[in-house]
Amino acid sequence: MKALVPVKRVVDANVKVQVKSDGSGIDLANVKMAVNPFCEIAVEEALRLREKGLVEEVIAVSVGPTVCQEQLRNCLALGADRAILVEAPDNLQPITIAKVLKAVHERETPGLVIFGKQSIDGDNSQTGPMFAALTGLPQGTFASQVTIEDGNCEVVREVDGGLQTVRISMPAVITTDLRLNEPRYASLPNIMKAKKKPMDVLSLEELGVEDREHIEILSVVPPPQREAGIKVESVEELVDKLRNEAKVIA
Amino acid sequence: MSILCIAEHDNQNLKPVTRVVIQAASEIGGDVALLVAGSDCRGVAEQAAAIPGISRVLLADDPQYTHHLAEPMADLVAQAGSDCSHILAAHTTTGKNFTPRVAAKLDVAQISDITGVTGEDTFQRPIYAGNAIATVRSKDPIKVISVRGTGFDAVEGEAGPAPIEDYAGGAASGDSEFVGEELGQSERPELTSAGVVISGGRGMQNGENFKLLEGIADKLGAAIGASRAAVDAGFVPNDMQVGQTGKIVAPELYIAVGISGAIQHLAGMKDSKVIVAINKDEEAPIFQVADYGLVADLFKALPEFEESL
Repeated sequence: MKALVPVKRVVDANVKVQVKSDGSGIDLANVKMAVNPFCEIAVEEALRLREKGLVEEVIAVSVGPTVCQEQLRNCLALGADRAILVEAPDNLQPITIAKVLKAVHERETPGLVIFGKQSIDGDNSQTGPMFAALTGLPQGTFASQVTIEDGNCEVVREVDGGLQTVRISMPAVITTDLRLNEPRYASLPNIMKAKKKPMDVLSLEELGVEDREHIEILSVVPPPQREAGIKVESVEELVDKLRNEAKVIA
Repeated sequence: MSILCIAEHDNQNLKPVTRVVIQAASEIGGDVALLVAGSDCRGVAEQAAAIPGISRVLLADDPQYTHHLAEPMADLVAQAGSDCSHILAAHTTTGKNFTPRVAAKLDVAQISDITGVTGEDTFQRPIYAGNAIATVRSKDPIKVISVRGTGFDAVEGEAGPAPIEDYAGGAASGDSEFVGEELGQSERPELTSAGVVISGGRGMQNGENFKLLEGIADKLGAAIGASRAAVDAGFVPNDMQVGQTGKIVAPELYIAVGISGAIQHLAGMKDSKVIVAINKDEEAPIFQVADYGLVADLFKALPEFEESL
């Protein structure tokens, strides 16, 4: 069985982003980019399944501009067997990305497709379930544990109330939550080896996907800023302020 | 405009976030119908019928909707909403699970986690962990939207009951099945709707020490939350996590204890009305958003705080 892992190039999680002064978007010039952390967890899960002998091949796929090859090389260095880049503008909507991945899915017919549950830039949390709907596959989202047995996949999901377990038939779609695993680091020899691993480059035309504009971004502005307040000297002063100044406790 | 809202409930009680979704729908304007899908949930439909601003309740009472699994829910919602202008659900783990499937089935985009409405097709939503607010216009004929629970005030009050109509979805597909769940049991208010939230971070050192927060929570009627660091370290379960990828809260009073204030945590609580930070590191970034900061050892400060309430 193949595992397909879609990954996204995003601003590194430790960068504090700045909004462009003309309100057109986020300033990405000279900002450190990385594999979306949830996608890294997805790669790790696929690798662990391969190490357990449940998966034969791990394929990382990204949809975006040529520079996404960097992130795909990172995935290859972590241990993915090969990579596919579908070259596309960097502002594709999740619905379009899901269609692209559906076309890749038809070529590769993987038994599992493992997504990150959301990307930390758009915070949409859409692509995995959209892909699942387009391909007609069942989904186990926000996974904190994945067990494969008898052609089924049992997924423990992190839900608002606690944990929920679902059983889904395979092929299936998983989206990863934070506590599914702790991704490994790439070793130097593996980074070197990754340079020789195969990477296919495809276009939207080859896959027959049209980039339709569903959503227009009118403006991007900074959120209202909170002013730092005051430091209090003691618990007594804190309680007094909360009671008599902020009036939030009785 | 014809808007379909999806109720969130546990087959017995309607969740308060449903009233937030209805508020967002009423800001869009037009006819608002509410879909209650579940099993043996007529009681929920009756509670829902009293919410002001809705014209009717559609009740899909069928065992396949008991646990709101994404596959049957998406089929049902896409069918019920196919001639609507808008479909709105809460941006909870339940809503986030099925809304993208609905959008894909209808071949439209989804607008996730909206916090504002400026027109029938124009919405605000936070991106980059709330470090930017995007205003977006949808060009799709059907707008599939998930609504942030703290983005709108809940519709208040009761109205003369709206009619309840039975609604039937298609047959179950059977490729996903519910196995079980472990839900946190708590007598305290729900994290996302509590008026006061007290959260602990890595500084709590272990799960046992969260007891120090409990006494205070009891006195303030507060919910207890946690930072990702505390959940990752296994101090407390995942359903307590506040942050970009956990729960978004905006209570009247948020008390952060032993939490440094990573941007991912701030994304989940910075819209709180009053923020208190207790941390022994005076350089901790949490103090940059706190209205009242106390630089102190939490193990001394917490018992004293509880005592003085």
